[in-house]
Amino acid sequence: MEALTRIAHASIRVAAELTPAEAKANAAAQMAGLAYGLAAIGPGIGIGMIFGKAIEAMARQPESAGMVRTTMFLGVAFTEALALIGFVAFILLKFA
Amino acid sequence: MFSNQIAVILGEGAGRGFSFPPINTILRWKDVVPGINKVVIIAILSALIGTLLFLVASLKDARKAPKGSRNLAEVIVEFIEKNIIMETMGKSGMGWTPFLLTMFVFIYLCNLPGIIPFIQMPATARMGIPAFMALLVWVVFNATGIKHQGLFGYFKNVLFPPGVPKALYILVTPIELISTLVVRPFSLAVRLFANMLAGHLLLVIFALLSQALIQAETQKFFLVPIGILPFALLIFLTGFEILVAFLQAYIFTVLTAVYIGGATHPEH
Repeated sequence: MEALTRIAHASIRVAAELTPAEAKANAAAQMAGLAYGLAAIGPGIGIGMIFGKAIEAMARQPESAGMVRTTMFLGVAFTEALALIGFVAFILLKFA
Repeated sequence: MFSNQIAVILGEGAGRGFSFPPINTILRWKDVVPGINKVVIIAILSALIGTLLFLVASLKDARKAPKGSRNLAEVIVEFIEKNIIMETMGKSGMGWTPFLLTMFVFIYLCNLPGIIPFIQMPATARMGIPAFMALLVWVVFNATGIKHQGLFGYFKNVLFPPGVPKALYILVTPIELISTLVVRPFSLAVRLFANMLAGHLLLVIFALLSQALIQAETQKFFLVPIGILPFALLIFLTGFEILVAFLQAYIFTVLTAVYIGGATHPEH
């Protein structure tokens, strides 16, 4: 607890010493990391489910593996788009 | 707290150590000739190489057993026909082979310089090429739909998909309008661009990290052996980028085929 208050005090002191531009850059960097982290959760779960189900389907019916694979990549492409938009948001927050 | 210690270990306070350069120094290249920079040169070269490969292959005797460039060209054509067109459009889509083949080869050859040493810049990591390709696909699949179903029929099928209860059209029509005409080309372009840019930045970060660790000036006993780890990951990621370059070209082509197939034969 004591350590926590010390860290909080230290960060407040650091924040007070920054110029507005630096403070803005700091906040942008933190939010960029947060934005990409949040954007990656859903697609991560989604892609895992898609691959798992595709492997299940291929194991059950190896003769339909080709079709399943194509459909799987389609699903991955659509799911992944959300994570990639999060990545673009990261780039815009951090560098733009 | 931890980041402070790491910064101290890396000697950041003394002006050395690891710092990420501004993004423009990684992505924005100087013009060689006015209007032509490294990215443009890569794009032109990949178009030329792709064209040359298939021109040389087409000049060879078709009756003999294929070898060399003709063998390679036949493998690529067969891949497009078997794994992309047959899986998404069926036999009636075979007429689209030249278009999809050109698209696949061009995107793959644009992606590949991302991992070739001393070049190491995928041309698709700048928004220009993906945006233009997506726009081209958008025009092509809409034009195909209008040609096959007529202007009225195509938009009726897009905006009012059959089999939906009438009351739901209030909800479905705006969603379909946005998803078909806006989100499709946008996501197509952003997917290719962001994947290649992410891979490029990943390689840059690990290269810089291993350089900072291996050339460390303080606490050498500790930092130099650790530098092997990011370097090993850098080599692994370079191999992974070959897969990503192929996968993105494949996905772009498959989605194009799916959009064109959907516009040619509407759902009943």
